[in-house]
Amino acid sequence: MTQLAIPLEDIGREYALAHLRMMVKIRAFETRVGVLFLDGQLPGFIHSCAGQEAIAVGVCSSLLLTDFVTSTHRGHGHSIAKGISLNSIFAELFGKVTGACRGRGGSMHVADFSIGMLGANGIVGGGYGIAVGAALSCKYRKTSDVVVCFFGDGALNKGTFHESLNFAGLHKLPVIFVCENNGYAQFTDMRRTTANENIASRAETYGMHGDTLDGNDLLEVIGAMRIAIVRARSGLGPTLLDMKSYRFSGHYVGDAEVYRSKSEVDLMKQKDPIERFKVKLFDSGWLDLATFDALQSQVDHEIGLAEEFARDSEFPLPSDALRDVFSEDILHDI
Amino acid sequence: MTSKRMTFGQATLDAMEFAMLEDQNVIAIGEDISWGGNFGQFRGLVEKFGSTRIIDMPISEALIVSAALGAAVTGLKVVASMSFVEFTLGAMDEIVNQASKFRYMFGGQVSVPIVIRASDGIRGSSGPQHSSSLENLFCHIPGLKVVAPSNANDAKGLLRTAIRDPDPVIYLEHKRITGVRSDVEDGDFSIPLGVARIARQGSSVSVITYSDMVNNALAAAQELEKYDIDVEVIDLRSLVPLDYACIEESALRTRNVVVAHESWKFCGFGSEIVAHLAEKFGGNLNIRLARVGAKSAPIPFSPILESQVVPGVAELVQSIGKILGIELPTIRGV
Repeated sequence: MTQLAIPLEDIGREYALAHLRMMVKIRAFETRVGVLFLDGQLPGFIHSCAGQEAIAVGVCSSLLLTDFVTSTHRGHGHSIAKGISLNSIFAELFGKVTGACRGRGGSMHVADFSIGMLGANGIVGGGYGIAVGAALSCKYRKTSDVVVCFFGDGALNKGTFHESLNFAGLHKLPVIFVCENNGYAQFTDMRRTTANENIASRAETYGMHGDTLDGNDLLEVIGAMRIAIVRARSGLGPTLLDMKSYRFSGHYVGDAEVYRSKSEVDLMKQKDPIERFKVKLFDSGWLDLATFDALQSQVDHEIGLAEEFARDSEFPLPSDALRDVFSEDILHDI
Repeated sequence: MTSKRMTFGQATLDAMEFAMLEDQNVIAIGEDISWGGNFGQFRGLVEKFGSTRIIDMPISEALIVSAALGAAVTGLKVVASMSFVEFTLGAMDEIVNQASKFRYMFGGQVSVPIVIRASDGIRGSSGPQHSSSLENLFCHIPGLKVVAPSNANDAKGLLRTAIRDPDPVIYLEHKRITGVRSDVEDGDFSIPLGVARIARQGSSVSVITYSDMVNNALAAAQELEKYDIDVEVIDLRSLVPLDYACIEESALRTRNVVVAHESWKFCGFGSEIVAHLAEKFGGNLNIRLARVGAKSAPIPFSPILESQVVPGVAELVQSIGKILGIELPTIRGV
């Protein structure tokens, strides 16, 4: 597993700190959003990706703006790491008209096509085929763009997994399937639902390369992505990456978490991807406490500004409810 | 204007060719399409446009629709062939939860130019899983346009429009008429969606219908000439958008409306039109309303059973007689 990790020196101090900053930003966003939700200030429900930041950040930092991602219901981190503005995602969560989707999608349906973010998706396993279609489009249009399909271990046993990976492998499409394996399909432990826990071994069935890695090790995520991207861009086909991680919150914020023990959660929190990367940076001498504190307070300030923007924004007009059903106004005359 | 006699299927091929010549970004995907498809609707296209644009798909319905969607939101226009309309049910999540909602739930950021082609209707003993008419399922879903041509000329003009349309279009081709020849205008032309055609002018009763039932209605009209009943036949051509103005005008003129379709009468499309007319005019004007549709059973195999479930010319004649209060002899079904 560890051979995939790149040495810290490979990415340089500035880039390393940018990664740390992005992970901290996602954590701070998720933390604040969780507080607001529990306080009844945000409508709907929230699926937090706290604990899984290294995957979102390591995968998306490996991509170009022109590359695409399909995301999941636990997708705030993907959107932020791909480059959505904090104002836009925060306002969407508040249901404001300035939101990424004018308040019509909410937490589970954040998208920003201008940065190749093809949508979070409320349907588990809904992204596979969309990613494959986008990759088919990249190949047809002869661009060198690649597509990342994020999905959770809960989506491993959807039929769309088989349909999509088969076709991607057959046509050697430029797509990377990233399993954010947090061990739980909603409330149920993966071992109770999945016949073969070696997810990467499924790759062979579809004629593609598969790897298992520690998704809480940023340098391993980046290392695995480097190889997968070269493979995809050079027409050598897709990759399936099983990135092991853990979600710090329940399936949704406020979940009573009766299906897992507190001791398990405490144990897994010791593998916090942010803390682990910080230790590496401290050890290398690239980071000291004062620098980190400054970084943290900058991030908190940024999140605060985005929240303020979202609060100050207008709600959509009631008439917006019937907008954009079609490209033109087609209202049933009843 | 010159024309040629050709089959419905050949007419759609004409439209495909014009669309693919006009726009390099038009591709077609589906099972068996490089072999011409089940009814020859794709015959010869792979020789003209190559296998990068006419792509054979595995029997993976969910993938066919989701890949079409992924390709469409990244720059292509995709015609997805689903063969029999029952096979779209394997992609209902992709049609209903994804394709129909993308524009709306992502705040109007993106268009979804896909055409889902599917063969429906009875052809004579195709059995319960290859004989259905499922247009109601699609019409019910906001965000989907639904087209059901009755003849070759409309098939060509409507498909041309559907492929250019920025929204997902369900294009239903009735199996029994796919091989039926009629006059088709030469050259490139298109017919707008949402504009009904008066297939036959009449003054006694309006038969509002679409797809192959238009041909049954015309046969019934001819039969009823013997009894001095002058039947108007409205061919809706597209169900969403729907030409309310044409329906209302005809209904107000004849004061007798029979809505007819091959799909099930219960919760069928006819109920929508009848309800619309009743709500709009029922209290003030004397308009008699009737529906003709299949009985609530799967479509059986044995010919004698099939004709019990699915209405034809005989049922139309009876319904028209009944609404006009005229006793007519039973005629043999066509």
